[in-house]
Amino acid sequence: MLKKITVTVNGTQHVLEVEPRLLLVHMIRELLNLTGTHIGCDTTSCGACTILLDGKSVKSCTILAVQANGKSITTIEGLAPEGGPFTPLQEGFKENHGLHCGFCTPGMILRATELLAHNNNPTEEEIRWGISGNLCRCTGYNNIVKAILYAGAKMRGEALPSTEPEFV
Amino acid sequence: MIAQSFQYESPGTLAEAISMLHKYGEEAKILSGGHSLIPMMKLRLATPEWLIDINGIPGLAHIKKEGAVIKIGALTTEAEIEHSDLLKKHFPLFADVTKLIADPQVRNVATIGGNLAHGDAANDHPAVMLALNATVIATGSGGERSIPIDEFFHGFYMTALQHGEILTEIQIPVPPAGTGSAYHKLERKVGDYATAGVAVQLTLDSKGVCKAAGIGLTNVNPIPLRASRSEKALTGKPITDKTIAEAAKYAAEDCSPSSDLRGSEEYKRAMVAVLVKRMINKAAERARG
Ligand SMILES: Cc1cc2nc3c(=O)[nH]c(=O)nc-3n(C[C@H](O)[C@H](O)[C@H](O)COP(=O)(O)OP(=O)(O)OC[C@H]3O[C@@H](n4cnc5c(N)ncnc54)[C@H](O)[C@@H]3O)c2cc1C
Repeated sequence: MLKKITVTVNGTQHVLEVEPRLLLVHMIRELLNLTGTHIGCDTTSCGACTILLDGKSVKSCTILAVQANGKSITTIEGLAPEGGPFTPLQEGFKENHGLHCGFCTPGMILRATELLAHNNNPTEEEIRWGISGNLCRCTGYNNIVKAILYAGAKMRGEALPSTEPEFV
Repeated sequence: MIAQSFQYESPGTLAEAISMLHKYGEEAKILSGGHSLIPMMKLRLATPEWLIDINGIPGLAHIKKEGAVIKIGALTTEAEIEHSDLLKKHFPLFADVTKLIADPQVRNVATIGGNLAHGDAANDHPAVMLALNATVIATGSGGERSIPIDEFFHGFYMTALQHGEILTEIQIPVPPAGTGSAYHKLERKVGDYATAGVAVQLTLDSKGVCKAAGIGLTNVNPIPLRASRSEKALTGKPITDKTIAEAAKYAAEDCSPSSDLRGSEEYKRAMVAVLVKRMINKAAERARG
């Protein structure tokens, strides 16, 4: 039996009829064509499907679309308007080579968005724990950590750290 | 991976949820955070025909102190527990344990009620609740009943909850002054279940004599295990290297781990002994303030 749900995605309200077993990530990618949210492991491990649900970072491969009824969703497409300007995190990832293949990047950025919303001055250790639910198979994480430190400095209005990339 | 088809209901009151559970019978399952249930449904290890989502029911997500009891609502998330000042004040082990449960995104969704109701000895809160002497409150068509934590876990995925009962609250006695607690688990990587985990709560008097001890073990027994002989080895005695060694030895003997990808039985028993020792020391240090 189909269920009628109302969700606000990146500021736009959608009324959808969905099967209860439809996963949120499939709703986002296949019904709304927002393919920036990736499916990596499909087992709640890798974090590629991370989105913000009412401001909280969650793994959308393990949430049913019906559970998002009445809620507000932010995906990577909703962070900055087409053509910019970027959010501090997006700029940080670009400036610091925080991505290679880019597959983990949307999830990383959304996870870090919540992290910095709670604390825009995290230590390196807090950042590493903070992104412990997101796997990256290219960068070795160092430049991702630098990107998040850069975004924090930008949000605090402080001098930006060096963006010399670290090759590993 | 896609779950088998099912029907979905999201009742707005406990009474409505309970009557749905009775109406749909054994084919209905309660949905809280869904972070144990949905992965099992995707793998088709669970194939419920009905999901009763209790997240729309008000009054099930709270952390409050009432008299000498701390009450935690079943829908309280790991993230809410992690950041609760009330819990930090009375039970330092919650900061230890939440940090080791899954990852930040999972902790935003997974609930304490689901963690206990799942009845899995690999989960971390069962051992914590044994150490803290918690009571589980279940609500069914006949009203509320209290289940002491020692009577709650019955077997693999089996608890004292009857069909039609919803775990609504966890109650933990506020410990007296001179109490400290600690939790640690050995894990291969972030998000892994414990190779072995140990929760300890100790109350010491002004002379350093142990007045009360609670020790729970994670994932080294078919059901979450209270290390009773270890508790007795400490109670009424000063915490010394000798009593600690005795408690560690008993816990390693009394658990019943199985050899698997996380390690051999022998290795797990050895790790239980190490962790019991470390957690007693840490809890005692915290008890001394
Ligand atoms: C990647 C990953 C890593 C994890 N790592 C850990 C870990 O290290 N340690 C750990 O402890 N856990 C871990 N978990 C499990 C996580 O904490 C679970 O979410 C939790 O065990 C179940 O809570 P839930 O709210 O998601 O319950 P659900 O999945 O909604 O429910 C679990 C079961 O309990 C029943 N149930 C739920 N709520 C109630 C209730 N109120 N009354 C009666 N029955 C109920 C359901 O019907 C179902 O059978 C991990 C999960 C994932 C996905």
